[in-house]
Amino acid sequence: MSDHDYRPKSKVGQWFNDRLPLLTLANHLTDYPTPKNLNYWWTFGGILTFCLITQIVTGLTLAMHYIAHADMAFESVEHIMRDVNYGWLIRYIHANGASMFFLAVYIHIFRSLFYGSYKSPREIIWILGIIIYLLMMAAAFMGYVLPWGQMSFWGATVITNLFSAIPLVGEGIVTWLWGGYSVDNPTLTRFFTLHYLIPFLILGLVVLHIWALHVPGNNNPVGIDIKKPSKDTVPFHPYIVIKDGFALLMFMIVFAFFVFYAPNILGHADNYIEANPMVTPAHIVPEWYLLPFYAILRSVPDKLLGVVAMLSAILILAVLPWLDTSKIRSAVFRPLYRQFYWILVADVLILGYVGAMPAEGLYLLIARVATAYYFLHFLVILPVLGFKEKTLPVPLSITEPVLGGSPNLAAARNKESKIE
Amino acid sequence: MSEKKTKRRDFLFTATTAVGAVGAAAVVWPMIDQMNPDASVKALASTEVDVSSLTPGNTLTVLWRGKPVFIRRRTQEEIDEARAVKMEELIHPEKDEDRAKNPEWLVMLGVCTHLGCVPLNDKGDYNGWFCPCHGSHYDTSGRIRKGPAPWNMEVPKYEFVNANTIKIG
Repeated sequence: MSDHDYRPKSKVGQWFNDRLPLLTLANHLTDYPTPKNLNYWWTFGGILTFCLITQIVTGLTLAMHYIAHADMAFESVEHIMRDVNYGWLIRYIHANGASMFFLAVYIHIFRSLFYGSYKSPREIIWILGIIIYLLMMAAAFMGYVLPWGQMSFWGATVITNLFSAIPLVGEGIVTWLWGGYSVDNPTLTRFFTLHYLIPFLILGLVVLHIWALHVPGNNNPVGIDIKKPSKDTVPFHPYIVIKDGFALLMFMIVFAFFVFYAPNILGHADNYIEANPMVTPAHIVPEWYLLPFYAILRSVPDKLLGVVAMLSAILILAVLPWLDTSKIRSAVFRPLYRQFYWILVADVLILGYVGAMPAEGLYLLIARVATAYYFLHFLVILPVLGFKEKTLPVPLSITEPVLGGSPNLAAARNKESKIE
Repeated sequence: MSEKKTKRRDFLFTATTAVGAVGAAAVVWPMIDQMNPDASVKALASTEVDVSSLTPGNTLTVLWRGKPVFIRRRTQEEIDEARAVKMEELIHPEKDEDRAKNPEWLVMLGVCTHLGCVPLNDKGDYNGWFCPCHGSHYDTSGRIRKGPAPWNMEVPKYEFVNANTIKIG
């Protein structure tokens, strides 16, 4: 690594760098050796950074016009939409930006699941990621409450009531969260404060996430440890910067489609009705990105156990590095895991679908089967698979299969290209 | 000799940490408690409702502490139905006699005990209330009969100030 022997060229640079080694950091970030076989699924880290910054910038500007008061919040949002210059644009970017953020984070998470990026020595990166994901859900939930529409109000009521499932202290905790006996002005003002705070906590965790990433370096589609720097790596700049930039542009096209052509398609019409504590909307559903967990909550007929199941579904991810017993990282060399992986993807999509449907009849049955399978995947299939599965031979380096090696490796490489 | 010195240090160390912890807790508590209902919220603890216009078979919904309260003037059939239910059939066994002291009047929080939605009047399998959020059915006494809610709808403290006025809280 060039980190240690880096020395700025100019005298001023040297003087500054000796006192605060920011230039060494910049040099590390540009020269950072990256596996040369990273595919486009690896570009979502950069895309997520873009999403976070977009949310912070649009959020700050919205906060200049928004009024966090139960009597004025709804009107102030309409004021942003109608009166504030480009207010409609900023708000639509912020609202759809939340969805884009989750879209990207789900791809990022499932990338990790496919290529085993959560495994040793990258457990801390993974756990930091799960914490970021939890904070994202908290921020999204509280942000959704701020416009003080019907969905805001009743979403807030239902989600905060989840805590009432806790034995003995549950009701007290809910009253404490509300600052009253129902969701009302005190709830709104504290949610606004926390919604403002959380993105900066996420920003701090992202720094740690990247720092932890730069210790072992990136995983890669082959999933093997590589020498750094070597023939197997390229410097982050310009190679990955350009690749990430191109992917970001593609992502921004999708983003812009939603903002300009379908800005309300991911929301609920009920949220354009001001909050009314006397009437609950007929069909309450959370935003699309929370639907799989909502389906798990509703599939359990007991209140406390439903909440426990929902939280476990998220927290189980944190211990994934120890549930997956296989030494092989990439699913490219795990023929059985690869199949279970796609079943899990389908399972989560099914949970998302039934989460949006009424919890009755066939939907409820499907939700229960899918919930059971979700836990089966992590608690039974993954631990057992590590011992039972016959994996394919793994190449010794990224360049080896390209420059010739055993026929097995060529076969493995073919499989890999088929998946991408 | 050195051993004795170490013990004295240990004592000081432990005592300092303990005092520090108590001090930190004393500072943290106000930060936590400030989120609990404040004096102005608590001051709105009771409300009086004129029920003279309510005819049997109808429900009046009023807001009390930010929550809807159902005031139902029940018909004789509804009362009979509620009182005929056997305790063994109930998820959360409560006698209708205890829930509605004056059988004609049922006063309860219109809040589903599952996750806090407002149930709909005259709906559901038990002719009482039905919660649209997650499908809890309540009977004509507001007791949970089917669905994920764990308890009956709560009866708040209330009294008849005179024949036409109910004071809730």
